[in-house]
Amino acid sequence: MSDKKLIYLDNNATTPVDPRVVEAMLPYFTQHFGNAASRNHPFGWAAEGAIDKAREQIADLIGADPREIIFTSGATEADNLAIKGVAEMYKRKGNHIITLETEHKAVLDTCKKLEKEGCEVTYLKVNRQGLVDLAELEAAIRPTTVLVAIMFANNEIGVVQPMKAISDICVKHQVLFMTDGTQAVGKIPVNVKELGIHLMAFTGHKMYGPKGVGVLYVSRKGPRVKVTSQMDGGGHERGMRSGTLNVPGIVGMGKACELCKQEMEADATRLSKLRDKLETELMKVEEVVFNGHSEYRMPHMTNLSFKHVEGEGLMMTFNQNIALSSGSACTSASLEPSYVLKALGLGDDLAHSSLRISLGRFTTEEDIDFAIKAIREGVNHMRELSPIWEMYQEGIDLDSVEWAEH
Amino acid sequence: MAYSDKLLDHFKKPKNVGTLDKNQKNVGTGLVGAPECGDVMRLQIEVDETSGLIKDAKFKTFGCGSAIASSSLATEWLKGKTLDEASSIDNMDIVEELELPPVKIHCSVLAEDAIKSAIKDYKSKNAE
Repeated sequence: MSDKKLIYLDNNATTPVDPRVVEAMLPYFTQHFGNAASRNHPFGWAAEGAIDKAREQIADLIGADPREIIFTSGATEADNLAIKGVAEMYKRKGNHIITLETEHKAVLDTCKKLEKEGCEVTYLKVNRQGLVDLAELEAAIRPTTVLVAIMFANNEIGVVQPMKAISDICVKHQVLFMTDGTQAVGKIPVNVKELGIHLMAFTGHKMYGPKGVGVLYVSRKGPRVKVTSQMDGGGHERGMRSGTLNVPGIVGMGKACELCKQEMEADATRLSKLRDKLETELMKVEEVVFNGHSEYRMPHMTNLSFKHVEGEGLMMTFNQNIALSSGSACTSASLEPSYVLKALGLGDDLAHSSLRISLGRFTTEEDIDFAIKAIREGVNHMRELSPIWEMYQEGIDLDSVEWAEH
Repeated sequence: MAYSDKLLDHFKKPKNVGTLDKNQKNVGTGLVGAPECGDVMRLQIEVDETSGLIKDAKFKTFGCGSAIASSSLATEWLKGKTLDEASSIDNMDIVEELELPPVKIHCSVLAEDAIKSAIKDYKSKNAE
């Protein structure tokens, strides 16, 4: 590929900041640069006013009250605050948390840390499409359960969990329900009150806002939830998260939420058409497997395994022009294949062969047409180099081969 | 990650991709790795019966850029060597030549295993 075209199809990893968001942020760097906690002069008042507006814009997007918005440095911090904050605050009730094995590491690693400190955590399995089993969830609840943490939409395969049904179970058993909404907020309608969500983490950089700013929504009424702060020093954010507010970042996130509220529906309609075109064309390639749920999923992404071809190698055939990601071990710092794909019950070989393609607001049909062509050509090239593709073509059953692993 | 130019060259234009007839007496076939590991290399050598030198080598690899480059380089090095010389190819030679990053060193180890496996197969077919 000598073409200089550079296409971004990795929007689940991060998104470009919308120019309108940048414009909204700029005055808060050099003009209205005050500390929002400076209560006694116009610089502080301007900053505080901007923060208040952002709280409203964000609350409006998710159907919450502005007072329920706690600012953090991102979704990872918000996940930590939610899980550790609830565990500490409600430790007299119990020390049991329920989550899924497909959660983001920000949730899983936090749970593992709490286990070392004496908490008990149940990691529920998911089915072949990535969905939780509601009966299993209910059966896992104990008198000592304080929190259920289940992500809204999965970052790797896009599957959307049955949020209202999960909430109903939690309310019935008087357990708090927390969700990592990072991949869903701003892309599909999310109303925390209608869905009965008590805590929700999300971040600016997945919705065309800046990196370094996120939100934890904490319900104030029906029920009133509190979290023990994990960051102390000044008592900001109603004592739940201390630290000088990132005013430009927060303004940006507010503007990003406002734009999402206005444009989300149109974006989702347009992108799901493009995604469907991409998926349909790529699934015409021989030996391609779709990973996830074909109905309960995000509209802008797809995860496909191209059998007998390894993901990093495949990406190298077009990564000068197209950015996306893979579940292959070779692309991860830990050299482990995607644990999400493993949890679906796929063999590791399918994880190594997977590509995650996530479209965004700035993706054009031209980008998709280019990607279809480049990926097909890449798959063909890599299969010519692949001994297992040759074996498959010869009719050899790869599962019956005794591999000489090392 | 940023790969070296040599590695990228082997990836974009791999040398000696193909298949030799594994049933031929003077062909040794090494098949190492496993699909679940994300790395499978098949490396084959054709030995000249008179001179005892490796006259051709072919490979096919299921794996990342480093794995493909390592096995491509291996086939280049094997041509013209005796079996003893081929056995002495060390994975660190591959690491140095391709400037493999530390996280990819295991790809060179697999290539070395593939070479030794091919030689072993040839020898078992030609045991005196």
